[in-house]
Amino acid sequence: MTTLHPAIETLPEPGGGEAALRGFLHGLPGVDQVGAEARAAGLATRSIKRESKLWALELAVRMTDLTTLEGADTPGKVRALCAKARRPDPSDPDVPPVAAVCVYPDLVPIAVAALAGSGVHVASVATAFPSGRASLAVKLADVADAVAAGASEIDMVIDRGAFLSGRYGQVGEEIAAVKAACRDARLKVILETGELATLDNVRRASWLAMTHGADFIKTSTGKVSPASTLPVILVMLEAVRDFHDATARAVGVKAAGGIRVAKDAIRYLVVVHETAGAAWLDPDRFRFGASSLLNDLLMQRRKQLTGVYAGPDHFTLD
Amino acid sequence: MPDRLDVRKTYKLYIGGAFPRSESGRTVTIDAADGTFLANAARASRKDVRDAVVAARKAFGGWSTRTAYNRGQILYRVAELLEGRRDQFTAEVRHSGLGAQAAGREVDAAVDRWVWYAGWTDKIAQVEGASNPVAGPYFNFSVPEPTGVVAIVAPATPSLLGLVSVLAPVLATGSTAVVVASEPHPLPAVTLTEVLATSDVPGGVVNLLTGHVDELAPVLAAHADVDAMDLTGIDGDATELEQAAAGNVKRVLRPPAGPVDWEADPGVERLRAFVETKTVWHPVGV
Repeated sequence: MTTLHPAIETLPEPGGGEAALRGFLHGLPGVDQVGAEARAAGLATRSIKRESKLWALELAVRMTDLTTLEGADTPGKVRALCAKARRPDPSDPDVPPVAAVCVYPDLVPIAVAALAGSGVHVASVATAFPSGRASLAVKLADVADAVAAGASEIDMVIDRGAFLSGRYGQVGEEIAAVKAACRDARLKVILETGELATLDNVRRASWLAMTHGADFIKTSTGKVSPASTLPVILVMLEAVRDFHDATARAVGVKAAGGIRVAKDAIRYLVVVHETAGAAWLDPDRFRFGASSLLNDLLMQRRKQLTGVYAGPDHFTLD
Repeated sequence: MPDRLDVRKTYKLYIGGAFPRSESGRTVTIDAADGTFLANAARASRKDVRDAVVAARKAFGGWSTRTAYNRGQILYRVAELLEGRRDQFTAEVRHSGLGAQAAGREVDAAVDRWVWYAGWTDKIAQVEGASNPVAGPYFNFSVPEPTGVVAIVAPATPSLLGLVSVLAPVLATGSTAVVVASEPHPLPAVTLTEVLATSDVPGGVVNLLTGHVDELAPVLAAHADVDAMDLTGIDGDATELEQAAAGNVKRVLRPPAGPVDWEADPGVERLRAFVETKTVWHPVGV
């Protein structure tokens, strides 16, 4: 039986008032930033070899949300990305498909049609991504639009301005309202940790999102630097673990932005395993939001299988 | 005044414009031709090869798209810096068993060779390219383009002139290089990288690995992101390396059949070895 930290024995109810929410979030234990960085750096040195590495590489492929979020996206580019999502390495049918394809809301119908029957989810960013600067009515319409078009996962952004100025109630109500608008779709809440300034804020934002209905908490939009870092993921995973201990509800974590090489992905998996536990080594509980990462995973996988270093010319462009 | 302590030098690798130790932490001892200890140098590993190829690939875009004239200027400046370090190079070349005069001659020849190749950068296209007569209303012309990442096994001797003779033509035509230095005499090669690091050659264009050729050459030969392989420094049978290089259809320069006169006029053979001929058909009169 796990003993809960006294701060999380009673969780705030959604709509339970600004004061109660503030009291809860500010009552959370502070994060030792130096300690978190040292712990993340220590875990990053762990060496994963041979069969374990191959397993980790394939797991990372299955955890990838193949993402394209550019102003220049076209239906053709989304279709090409979906083909890659179904079969990442055309020359090797043993490579599993990725977890999801992540696109802007207007391209969701294209992705849904291209991925029909493949088991790959379609994720859509919504709520005035990436800034989140729009009225709640517009954000909810954005979400409803994406869900109606067939998205099975919604990536929302929180209002960082409201969060940083302490209007936690407003942020929480928005998350709860978006969750309701998602209906059956899974809700990923983007904290944009690069704009939250401190790890204490990351912990508070994580708890705020989880207590208001998030199915996943996600580091960043990928449009702000720094994006995802190991200490931030460590803090988020601790929050997810503690939330699970307190409520028995499992919330997933998605690391997005800045993860480009397989070595980094494996470091994240080590942190996941050592912090939240082996149950989180699953595409339903941990995701990578990335595009260029996938090719590096495939290259390293081929290196493991053939013993020869692979070159990017031999993999599909995206 | 007390005697000074020796300031001993540890020779390191040159990858992506930096001087890292080997990822493996291993070193080899370098002895002079007469057996006296000279220095410790890094013993590169498979993973250093991987890092060097990544650096060379990254540098290729920038180096290959510079104008030939600009590449010539940059390479000429390297020759100026080589000349400034003449005494140091001469001392290091002597360790390979040459007398003072012979070593001096080798260094002079190496600098001259570098200048010679620097001059070729904007001339090779005239010699290797062509305007081709075709039976149709087209201009048809062929131009040499850089191959990409070239892996070079430098000859064991002459330690400086041999290296310059295989490296400079690869740079002159716009490719980037991963070089395995002379195994018994790598010190002039490491000093050359110090020259390159302080010249205008961008980091990653030349990457130097010291250590055992037997250990490094097979990894380079099999690497799928290496476009060409110069086996000049392989002593003996290179069949296995050539077979491994066929995996991604590398352009391969086979080891020389007999002894090479490195001081002779090299001709354009080496400039021609690592280029791809691009032929363009352009409609006339439209």
